[in-house]
Amino acid sequence: MTEANAAAPAPPDAAEQQRRLGALQRIWANGPGLVGQLTAVNHSTVGLRFIATGFAFLAIGGMLSMFIRLQLAWFGNEVLDPDRYNQFVTMHGTTMMFLFAVPILEGFAMYLLPKMLGTRDLPMPRLSAFGYWCYLFGGLFLYSSFLFGGAPDGGWFMYVPLTDATYTPGISADFWLIGVTFAEIAAVTAAVELVVTVLKTRAPGMSIQRMPLMAWAILVTAFMIAFGFPPLILASILLEIERAFGFAFFEVARGGDPLLWQHLFWLFGHPEVYIIFLPAAGMVSTLVVTFARRTMVGYRWIVVAIVATGFLSFGLWVHHMFAVGIPLLALSFFSAASMAVAIPMGVQLFAWIATLWSGKPWLRLPMVWLMGFFFIFVLGGLTGVMLALVPFDWQVHDTHFVVAHLHYVTIGGMLFPLFAGLYYWLPLVTGRQPGESLGRTAFWLVFIGFNLTFLPMHLTGMLGMPRRAYTYDAALGVEWLNLLSTAAGFVLTVGMMAVAVDVWLHFRHGRRSAANPWQAGTLEWALPLPPPPYNFASIPVVDDREPLWRDPGLAQASAGTAGLLGDPAGGRRELLGTGMISGAPEQVIRISGSTWLPLLAAANIAVLLACFIAKQYLLAAALLVPLLAVFLRWAWTTGDRHAPLRIEAAPGVALPSQAACSQAPGWWGLVISLLIDGSLFASLVFAYFYLWLGAEVWPGPGSETGALALPVLALVLLVGAGLAARLALRGNDRDRPAQLRGGLLAAAALGTGFLVAHGAALAMVLAAPQQHAYASVVWTLAGFHGVHVLVALLGSGFAWLRSRHGLVDAQRRLDARIAVALWRYTVGQGVVAWLVIHLFPRLA
Amino acid sequence: MRRLVPLLAAAVAAGCRGPQSMLDPAGPAAAAIARTWWLMAGAALAVLLLVLGLLARAMLRRQPAPPMARPERFIVLGGLVLPTVALFALLVYGTLAGRTVIGVGVDTDRVVRVTARQWQWQFEHLAPDGTVLARSLDRLVLPQGEMVEFQVGSEDVIHSFWIPRLGGKVDAIPGRSNRLRLRADVAGAMRGQCAEFCGREHAHMAFSVEVLDPASFAGWLDGRAAGDAGSTP
Repeated sequence: MTEANAAAPAPPDAAEQQRRLGALQRIWANGPGLVGQLTAVNHSTVGLRFIATGFAFLAIGGMLSMFIRLQLAWFGNEVLDPDRYNQFVTMHGTTMMFLFAVPILEGFAMYLLPKMLGTRDLPMPRLSAFGYWCYLFGGLFLYSSFLFGGAPDGGWFMYVPLTDATYTPGISADFWLIGVTFAEIAAVTAAVELVVTVLKTRAPGMSIQRMPLMAWAILVTAFMIAFGFPPLILASILLEIERAFGFAFFEVARGGDPLLWQHLFWLFGHPEVYIIFLPAAGMVSTLVVTFARRTMVGYRWIVVAIVATGFLSFGLWVHHMFAVGIPLLALSFFSAASMAVAIPMGVQLFAWIATLWSGKPWLRLPMVWLMGFFFIFVLGGLTGVMLALVPFDWQVHDTHFVVAHLHYVTIGGMLFPLFAGLYYWLPLVTGRQPGESLGRTAFWLVFIGFNLTFLPMHLTGMLGMPRRAYTYDAALGVEWLNLLSTAAGFVLTVGMMAVAVDVWLHFRHGRRSAANPWQAGTLEWALPLPPPPYNFASIPVVDDREPLWRDPGLAQASAGTAGLLGDPAGGRRELLGTGMISGAPEQVIRISGSTWLPLLAAANIAVLLACFIAKQYLLAAALLVPLLAVFLRWAWTTGDRHAPLRIEAAPGVALPSQAACSQAPGWWGLVISLLIDGSLFASLVFAYFYLWLGAEVWPGPGSETGALALPVLALVLLVGAGLAARLALRGNDRDRPAQLRGGLLAAAALGTGFLVAHGAALAMVLAAPQQHAYASVVWTLAGFHGVHVLVALLGSGFAWLRSRHGLVDAQRRLDARIAVALWRYTVGQGVVAWLVIHLFPRLA
Repeated sequence: MRRLVPLLAAAVAAGCRGPQSMLDPAGPAAAAIARTWWLMAGAALAVLLLVLGLLARAMLRRQPAPPMARPERFIVLGGLVLPTVALFALLVYGTLAGRTVIGVGVDTDRVVRVTARQWQWQFEHLAPDGTVLARSLDRLVLPQGEMVEFQVGSEDVIHSFWIPRLGGKVDAIPGRSNRLRLRADVAGAMRGQCAEFCGREHAHMAFSVEVLDPASFAGWLDGRAAGDAGSTP
């Protein structure tokens, strides 16, 4: 690593330095004016947009909650009628979870991670810009439902049958299912982006043991999104096709099961709690180190705790379902698992305290917010342990006790660290120093208002008030508690407004800040304030967890152009790719600049979904054509398809470009995407077996197993497609482009044959999907896999075209590898689907 | 001080009373859960004070102060050993309390079928052969001191059957029949309510519960059997 710096023979003179900095600025800046804003893909721009939009949704969701509190202030109030109340409760929860908590943390991660890791941008900038537009349009989509006959009112967990077509006719539930899924595209693309960022673009020398704890938290969170969001996406798709096309997944009369929804929902919903907590905990770890003015005590303990939380969080979902009638013995397992998650939380907590104890704590405004976090989050964690105890949960489940608990953990565990982080990183964005006085007043208003709102609510619940009830009986004796909660809620609101005013004043009138105002040790504070669009003129080389404490000259060196990638000779946006574990330089990644494509793709999807919700299904299907065209253009132009095989990162340090590197970010992006897709597929297989468990007959009425000949033929064709793809790649690696293209064509032909044969085989033996849950789930499983075959066909076509244009060869293997990997995955998924569809009913 | 404690206890007890208060138990299941609550609340308060005390000690040390001698041991003791021991004890206690709550080893004296629908509760006292002895809407009459098994189902969406003064809740799910066993030891009136969000009138889906002494209950049941119960199927 250090030889990379030493390799620079002579530092560039002042004129050359000016030329390089000017070129970097030109290459990395967004375009001018409104067009420049719409086409921007830079991580700072996109990250700040996520954050600003997230805060806007926090304000809207907060306003809804004030209406809720007004309605509940006294029994028999008529601020909201029951329908409006149910809409507001649903939209409050949905907004806070899907449009505020998750996106804003992704925004912080997108804005901060490249700066903390010592790189210039996210490796797939179009993807994050696309995610932002999906999030924005999805949110607007949800709220537009108020204009079209009513917002969703089934509660944020949308339990069936209340939300099916019988009990919620109209389109309000469709707005929820489609809008939330649309917004979730952002979460999923962010997960792909952030995993690749953390694993592949850290500064040289930042081995995995030197990674900031924030990066660890984001890495684990991204993996949790990858496995946790697909069950909800699948559940939403299933419910939407049940509502739109009359399939049967949840309807008892046709072999469905309403509890399937609950399992899928909470398989997402519980990891979700930690998905929003872990990044916040990462912020806490970052701030504690800075304000204790010493390195973290028990860094390894925290890493283990973060990873353990990630795993444990997938074993607790049933604790939301203790009252559905599962036997006590089975519940005990989930009870113990739910309590066990308190252990990694305790480890982190005590590591933070130990660090503060061992350092020289400095009580600045961000730290004041963290003190509030400690109090509220510990209390929320303790009531969480109580809720994990089955008999106690039987009492307080679905009461205001749970409302109190969940606000303690989400506001305490997420919002307080978020505000701490906001004040901490504001100077990075604005170049100004946050004032303390108004900020401290705002803190006390929020802290006192919050506790007086939600502490009494525990008792409200234990006195018998269920959640989501728009009013209550005077006999319960909870009116004074409710009045107190409402009054304190206004204090909380005033506090939040004070934070907003404080931040606004800071932007307008804040005192100019010196560089690194908190004397922090992590790389983002090496940047000049505010940072240039390329972050680092030279990629820094690090050898410590707090590199700025170890090497005071680092900031100046990375602002000069003498180091790695300091000379933007290629005229392209370039990142340095490094080893996943070691952090050793291994490639130069050329990424895309400003483009309309992300906005076009998201807008196209928005129109498509609007057509779907208006039941214009043919029009919606037709809109797939322009969408595919946009994605094709995207894939064709991404990065730099004409990049040379090797690029000089510094004089004498030549590294492969990504098309020629086996560790290309595009490859890892594919791997993570397939992981997410695999989780989606696994959720569908889970649904199949869950429905089978509750079924009396399998196959269901009207369906049979039929002869095996045609399904076997289909399977042979599918496996043949996979083999042809492998031969194609082998041809490519021996520099035989004809074999590559021939193999890809053969794979495509065999895949098409599979689709025809398998479709025919199913049509002969399966009933219409509307008839029974069996037919519904089998058709869906086969259709799901069929879509993957189509994607693999498109991938082959793309690689074929790239080969024709001479962009794929034995050195530039990336496109061919991706096409073949798509086939391998599709064949693997197809074999599993085939076994489930054709073999299992014969054995069952 | 000596006078203040009982006064405070009385105030707390009064504040916990109510027709739907789980802290005002009228049966063994609710009583076991309420005891669990008070125990957990005490332990939680102790943990909270411990953490805040340690935090205050860390933040308010006079500088220069000697740093923590063995911070790793502090993490192991506080983050690993303390929660593991406490949670294990709680789990054992909770499992035992759970057995009391579901009434392990107690025979069922009577069966009531509960049918929930938007937005109404129907209660049917069943004879051992399954015939309906008495039917009532939004009003549940129970005998004092008998273990009653409720067979809870739904005709439309998911509801949840809950009488906080007697015990926990169980969901009423279409296509399923869930069992819940409760015993009322105190005669008198109380209240139950739907706990699972079930649509527009969820807030009003409540029912009255009357616990009668055995003699009055027998009289009520006879009256119902002779009267309207037989007339509607």
